[in-house]
Amino acid sequence: MSSIEIDAPGESVLLMGNEAIARGALEGGIGFAASYPGTPASEIMDSLAPIAKKIGIYAEWSVNEMVALEAAAGASMGGIRAIASMKQDGVNVVADFLSNIAQIGIGRGGLVLVTGDDPGALSSGREKDMRTIAKWYDIPMLEPANIQEAKDMTKYLFELSEELGLLCMLRGVTRICHGRGNVKLGELPKMERKAYFDDAHDTRDPKPTRYVPFPPALRYAELEKKFKKARELVESSPFNWYEGPDRADLVIITSGGGYLYAKEAVKVLKMEDRVGILKVGTVWPIPEKLVEKHLNKAQKVLAIEEVSPFLEERAMELAGNLPPTAPHPIFYGRRSGHINTWGELNPDAAIQALSRIMGLTYQPRDIEYDKKVEASKSYVPKRPVTLCPGCPHRASLWAMKKALKLDGRNGFVTGDIGCYFTGFNASGFFQIRTGHCMGGGIGVANGLGKLGQFGFNQPVLAACGDSTFFHAAIPGLINGAWNQSNFVFVVLDNSATAMTGFQPHPGSGMNAMGEPTKVVSMEALCRSLGLRVKICDPFDLENATATLLKMINDKDGGVRVVIMRRECELIRARREKPPYKVYIDPDKCIGEACGCNRFCNMAFNCQALTWDKKADRAKIDDVICAGCGLCANICPQGAIIREAA
Amino acid sequence: MTVKKSMKDPLNVIIAGVGGQGNIVISSLIGAALVKKGYFVVVGETYGASQRGGAVVSHVRISKETQYGPLIPDGCADIILGMEPAETLRALGQFGNPNVLTIVNPRPIYPLSVLSGEGEYPDISNLVETIKELSDKTWVINATEEAQKLGNPMFANVLLIGALIALGMLPLDKKSLEPVLEERFPKAFEANMGAFKRGAELAGQIR
Repeated sequence: MSSIEIDAPGESVLLMGNEAIARGALEGGIGFAASYPGTPASEIMDSLAPIAKKIGIYAEWSVNEMVALEAAAGASMGGIRAIASMKQDGVNVVADFLSNIAQIGIGRGGLVLVTGDDPGALSSGREKDMRTIAKWYDIPMLEPANIQEAKDMTKYLFELSEELGLLCMLRGVTRICHGRGNVKLGELPKMERKAYFDDAHDTRDPKPTRYVPFPPALRYAELEKKFKKARELVESSPFNWYEGPDRADLVIITSGGGYLYAKEAVKVLKMEDRVGILKVGTVWPIPEKLVEKHLNKAQKVLAIEEVSPFLEERAMELAGNLPPTAPHPIFYGRRSGHINTWGELNPDAAIQALSRIMGLTYQPRDIEYDKKVEASKSYVPKRPVTLCPGCPHRASLWAMKKALKLDGRNGFVTGDIGCYFTGFNASGFFQIRTGHCMGGGIGVANGLGKLGQFGFNQPVLAACGDSTFFHAAIPGLINGAWNQSNFVFVVLDNSATAMTGFQPHPGSGMNAMGEPTKVVSMEALCRSLGLRVKICDPFDLENATATLLKMINDKDGGVRVVIMRRECELIRARREKPPYKVYIDPDKCIGEACGCNRFCNMAFNCQALTWDKKADRAKIDDVICAGCGLCANICPQGAIIREAA
Repeated sequence: MTVKKSMKDPLNVIIAGVGGQGNIVISSLIGAALVKKGYFVVVGETYGASQRGGAVVSHVRISKETQYGPLIPDGCADIILGMEPAETLRALGQFGNPNVLTIVNPRPIYPLSVLSGEGEYPDISNLVETIKELSDKTWVINATEEAQKLGNPMFANVLLIGALIALGMLPLDKKSLEPVLEERFPKAFEANMGAFKRGAELAGQIR
């Protein structure tokens, strides 16, 4: 039994933050959940989908985040409580719909959107702070400071959403979403709601045009009214509190994971008598009266929060309201440079900031030890992210590199988001040259492919993954077909949303709950646009290279599609044993004398292809070799032997 | 057997390895067992991009009193469980101190930077010596090698849990791990229990 479905109120279990959010949604009585995978938010749906049928809710991986939120909003209009979850970048994808539903309001069912923000961009292209979007669109938002709150807040948000008639948001950050901690379980309600659509019957808002933004000015006035109520409610929210001396020298204002770092900093520096902590759980709207009350007492205010100086700036705004006679505090945080303006928070950032402001020195370990560490640093090699041993993308990127070299016109690859994104570094032979967002690669190829009239003649390969194909590449593809742009669209089809944990997509033939579905064929879709389509197995390097080259050199131009199809190695390995036993024939490998410059080891960049310096021979690391046998194709001496396992 | 008589509070454990080695299995298993025993546990871990052959570090913080933050402050680890030697040294550099206890699996996984010739992988015996210099006590457990003998190198993680617990570093015993292993590996419980016991045996031998 999954721990999120345990019906044992009061029991304490270890949950991941995302599991706690899923559990909170169940305790909040959801009937509907929709999501698109993205780190750090994927496990919310990963934990709801497998149990959905059993517990009588509906759960789906949607084709993208926009449809996920729209579908969840549909459920709300049918009177069913619904949750949509996604990573920070997904919230950008849904921004258009979000801005509208935020103003128009929800149906009878509470509607909650969870954003997984990624401070430090540990698994993202950049840092984003979705508290700013909550402010921009007037969306009530909570931010949990630990795993227990992740559950409790999610549950509460459904009540709040229905009370206000507004979509509400939860902001998780990586350390909460992917952290684990004790969670005391609550009750699982038995919600019996009959779904029906009726936009006239509602006591909050009895207008027949309830789901239409008309007239806009009036709808905005209504939103203001609802939001005013939210401002009142947050003043007494149990998710906000102050701890510390009545008159503190310094007050830390903090939200989310920052709260625990702040607490640790105060404890480590033994400042409990001088420093207070104002923990804000309702990050939008913030509890203005509560904040003002503590601003009034403090000489110094330090903001400890993830990504942007959000609370810091709100507190500064409120300080502007203080009477001229009141003591105005000095503000410290990301704006003052006491906390880095970029990167993830950690306890040291909090300790260092607090000790600097309070004029203390903090030295966690003795200087002699630091000296030893400094001397040992040359022993620690860099470890960049790489493609896994056996990854089909390595073969695809190898074939692309070869085809572009053979063509000789300095062609290049525009990229996208997925495992193959690591193709920007040595693991993908530096082939991915642009990378912005899902669908971005084919988008920029559309523009580059129209520069012929300005003398542009470099071949453009636009690469995207199979899940991305369905998520965001289709409009770019149709645009290219319509406007006759000139590029080769390469789908790196490994049959899963691999980067985030192998979730299914419309081409998988299966939905989130494991039910069989009709396969949406990407090749049929491409052909229906009148595009030439070739499908190849990247592990057949010769054919894959020739196919790419032929498409690159196609004199008719236009958009040509190459689907490079081979299942993700990690999925294959779950099902069956490796296909080959791969080893080096020490008589055939002639070491450095070969003149290949350790081609297998230094050029192919599979982690399993190592080099035995003493023996002056290539060596396969049998612990991590996936047995794909691909490397047997590349040794000039034929010294890499693969035998059917 | 016991290394420390009374537990430091919070007890800070770092698990360092490479994406694909299964160190998140370690943090979630010992975390679940500790919660069952009534401890406050918080685990902070990084993965996503790191799944793909990058460095993965899990922070486990154990307390009788309260829930701590998900990250251990620099220089404040009590125990470092290293699944790969260079990663063990990397973790010591950031979180180590003269009192830290270290368990290290000396089997290297070569990073991309070494393969492509950008960097060099240090000699293993020098690496282990440096780890010993930076630790109060160090236990070298050939976890990968031993796990291969048991049929699958992936058992290295559970084997290392066996060593960690046999050395008395955590307020846990074999009995408290059994139900957690059974829950997590319903089909491969016996095999995992075998790895766990082998780890405990090896820890005994080193003493």
